Amino acid sequence: MKISVTVTLKKDVLDPQGKVVNQTIKNMNYKNIANVRQGKYFEIELDENNKDKAKKIIDEICQKLLTNVVIEDYTINFE
Amino acid sequence: MKSSVIVFPGSNCDRDIAVALSKFNFKNSMIWHNESYLPNTDLVVLPGGFSYGDYLRTGCIASKSLIINDVIKHARKGGLVLGICNGFQILLETGLLPGALLRNKKLRFISKNVYLKVINTENYFCSNYKKKKVIELPIAHNEGNYFANNKILQDLEQKNLIAFKYCNQKGDLDKDSNPNGSSHHIAGILNVEKNILGMMPHPERLIDPILSGEDGSTMFESLQKFK
Repeated sequence: MKISVTVTLKKDVLDPQGKVVNQTIKNMNYKNIANVRQGKYFEIELDENNKDKAKKIIDEICQKLLTNVVIEDYTINFE
Repeated sequence: MKSSVIVFPGSNCDRDIAVALSKFNFKNSMIWHNESYLPNTDLVVLPGGFSYGDYLRTGCIASKSLIINDVIKHARKGGLVLGICNGFQILLETGLLPGALLRNKKLRFISKNVYLKVINTENYFCSNYKKKKVIELPIAHNEGNYFANNKILQDLEQKNLIAFKYCNQKGDLDKDSNPNGSSHHIAGILNVEKNILGMMPHPERLIDPILSGEDGSTMFESLQKFK
């Protein structure tokens, strides 16, 4: 099973890189850009066919390693 | 007094702290991260550097290394643990201290001397700072912007668990003296039992007049009184 995980900083955590990217896009004349948050993306291949079981495993991995739950949120996507 | 310095792939202040510890008569051992057990030790130091190349998040991979299990046991038994710079980042990733360290507010690596106000001197690390409340130590980091939610910050303040705050030469906490954007100017914090200290500045780098200062020496002199 192929799974992807996106990790972003929580909304109330300052993301200076996202801010700079946002400002740069504006400077490139895309005036209608509202906000940019920068994050990380993981592609994971898992030997598991049961989606519920897979989600449980990936949740655990996200909380233990892929994110720092103090400052980051994650979303899991099944392909 | 026995100390152990944990060495990770990418540590680069491990030998600096070893020199400092031996200057103050600690019997020090260097412990490779892949060991399972610590030797009999009073103090464990997690040194500065770039463990595992700062992959994923600073200190994250090191916080899952084999020796950390025994470091956590040592800490839970009341043994002393000092995390400096990358060591502080590792302590936060293990959960031994609360909060997280974000990238510096202005996204620059900062390497310079800063002034620090010693907030808590009632602990093994800082007891000798009683006479000198404003000290100067070097910082050298890219992720030193201390972050925690309001509840944790309130807790740290109310329980007097903040060891050091960035300040100006007079000891005032003005905006210009906060180099990295840390919440509440935090440069170092203690756990509730006060046997664990994590800090971004490097005391091991100012332990001799030849290094332009001795404000770091005071920490090692304080620690000598542990036994």
